[in-house]
Amino acid sequence: MSARPDFGIFRQLVGSPRGAFAMIVLGIVAIAALVSLFWLPGDPNHSNVYDAWAPPSAAHWLGTDYSGRDIASRLIAGTRVTVLVVLGAAIVSGFIGLVLAVISGLGPRTLREPLVILIDVLIAFPTLLLAMMLAAVFGSGIPIVIVSVGIGYGVQIARVVRSELRQINAEDFILAARAAGLSRWTILRMHLLPNAAPVFTVQLSLSMGLAILAEAGLSYLGFGAPPSVPSWGLMLKDMQAYIAVHPTVVLWPGLTITLTVLAFYLLGDALRESMDPRLRFGRGSTRKQEAEHG
Amino acid sequence: MSRFLAVRFLTLIAGLLLASLIIFLSLRLLPGDVAQVIGGTSASPDQVAAIRERLGLNRPLPLQYVDWLGGILTGKLGSSVVSGTPIAAEIAQKAQVTVPLTVYSLGIALLVALPLGVFAAYRRHALPSRVLSVLGVVAAAVPAVWAGLLGIVVFSTWLGWLPSQGFPRGGWEDPFRAMRALTLPALTIGLIEGAILFRFVKSATLSALGAEHVRTAMSRGHTRLGALIRHGLPGVGLSVVSMLGLQVAGLLVGAVVIEQLFSLPGLGRMLVVDVGQRDLIKVQSTLFVLTAVILILGAAVDVVHRLIDPRLRVDEQ
Repeated sequence: MSARPDFGIFRQLVGSPRGAFAMIVLGIVAIAALVSLFWLPGDPNHSNVYDAWAPPSAAHWLGTDYSGRDIASRLIAGTRVTVLVVLGAAIVSGFIGLVLAVISGLGPRTLREPLVILIDVLIAFPTLLLAMMLAAVFGSGIPIVIVSVGIGYGVQIARVVRSELRQINAEDFILAARAAGLSRWTILRMHLLPNAAPVFTVQLSLSMGLAILAEAGLSYLGFGAPPSVPSWGLMLKDMQAYIAVHPTVVLWPGLTITLTVLAFYLLGDALRESMDPRLRFGRGSTRKQEAEHG
Repeated sequence: MSRFLAVRFLTLIAGLLLASLIIFLSLRLLPGDVAQVIGGTSASPDQVAAIRERLGLNRPLPLQYVDWLGGILTGKLGSSVVSGTPIAAEIAQKAQVTVPLTVYSLGIALLVALPLGVFAAYRRHALPSRVLSVLGVVAAAVPAVWAGLLGIVVFSTWLGWLPSQGFPRGGWEDPFRAMRALTLPALTIGLIEGAILFRFVKSATLSALGAEHVRTAMSRGHTRLGALIRHGLPGVGLSVVSMLGLQVAGLLVGAVVIEQLFSLPGLGRMLVVDVGQRDLIKVQSTLFVLTAVILILGAAVDVVHRLIDPRLRVDEQ
């Protein structure tokens, strides 16, 4: 029953329109982040008031903002924060989710019930409030965003993966494995985790999209990226004062965020269909995650 | 039923205690002295000591915790370190903006999601349903701030229908003006949350249409629509009710960002300002009040769901 990485899944993913869209958008973001380390169309932080609100041109692909900074460069440089937050949040939430799910789903009875209550409480504790609590003590910054998003979505992953693990654990082949004398650890590693992997991956992909929304919200509130670091959320904040005069510039960061988040949602959908046909009718609760974004 | 109520009540209490512990401990045990954080980096050691003395921060932690809990139970939350105003009174005052905003947004979300969700499932291959489904996914990917900004550009700057910022100084003295001020914010939150709820309603209705009791009703001579309305939708309604607790949590969080965007004097905006001013004691109490509201609503929704869903009464014996 062990599920080895299978290139068939990848081919199926790219083959579906949603999967292809997701891979293209996410590919562009990843490449932009890499390229931005070596080259940018302009200096994202270079301001020149004489150049403020310049229309799109060869020098400024998308024009400039209120202090003459190149919008295209800021968008491309902003992918670094996005990639950092997405990867960081995925690692933290994946780890927390998996550990909590395994202990609260399969651990000793005395640990299970308290952990389930803990997960319920943490789920009721919105990510945004968690981030503000951390920011109150440590001050703001990208690490605050990663940790709070990681914990916030980690417990949601835990809840979904927990019920999946418990369902699999009740199946006959697990009983057979136990009867064959396999140790608990081997059963977990060889049978339980591989079979819960599809649900876990889908949840992880959703939480990566939500991490981008959380970064935008937190940076907007001033708890995320510092003003000197270009980030999509900060760009929204910067534009706010000028939307009455220059309504079009506010389109760019918003569109970029929406497209990227959409790509993660669709990637989740496509993964769901290509990895686990049982999931087609929306088993497992992803509802809370979707309710969470700022 | 009484057994269910007792268990649910006990888990609620356990949850509230756990939440209060998490909030209290993370604000006290994290590296850094609370008095120093409140005083700021420029405070002299004497000033920091004075703050510590005034807030009782030099007493043992368990004592501080019990005091704080006792204060919450009796409604005495102390006063703000920065402004000196009583915290409980300020929370009550700010709630006059946040609670109506949340209810208003919830109303919009339900108004959008219920009819459209049922329609998109009922005629799922029709073109409008497909367009709606795509819109539903896209709307859930839109950052709330950006949606609010676009709303301001369209309804305020271009059309001039709605105010873009602020809340009338008189509060609810003029209910019409107050509602007008809340309309654009509520639309922003309501449409985004509505998009998420729409997907939920649609998939619930789809499975209701495929459910055996609905198909049986059709075979008995009901039309597809008649069977759905009489036998399918009650179940859909119940699943929506069971979702409402989480929905409200999402709306409350949406309110934090949206209040900031529209300069509404609500709880979310107060929290942002307090965090900025490192008013830790007030942040601690506000965070607990918000979390408690979400936990209590979640429990209330569970109880209501249990009361109105006949399927859950089966295992009573």
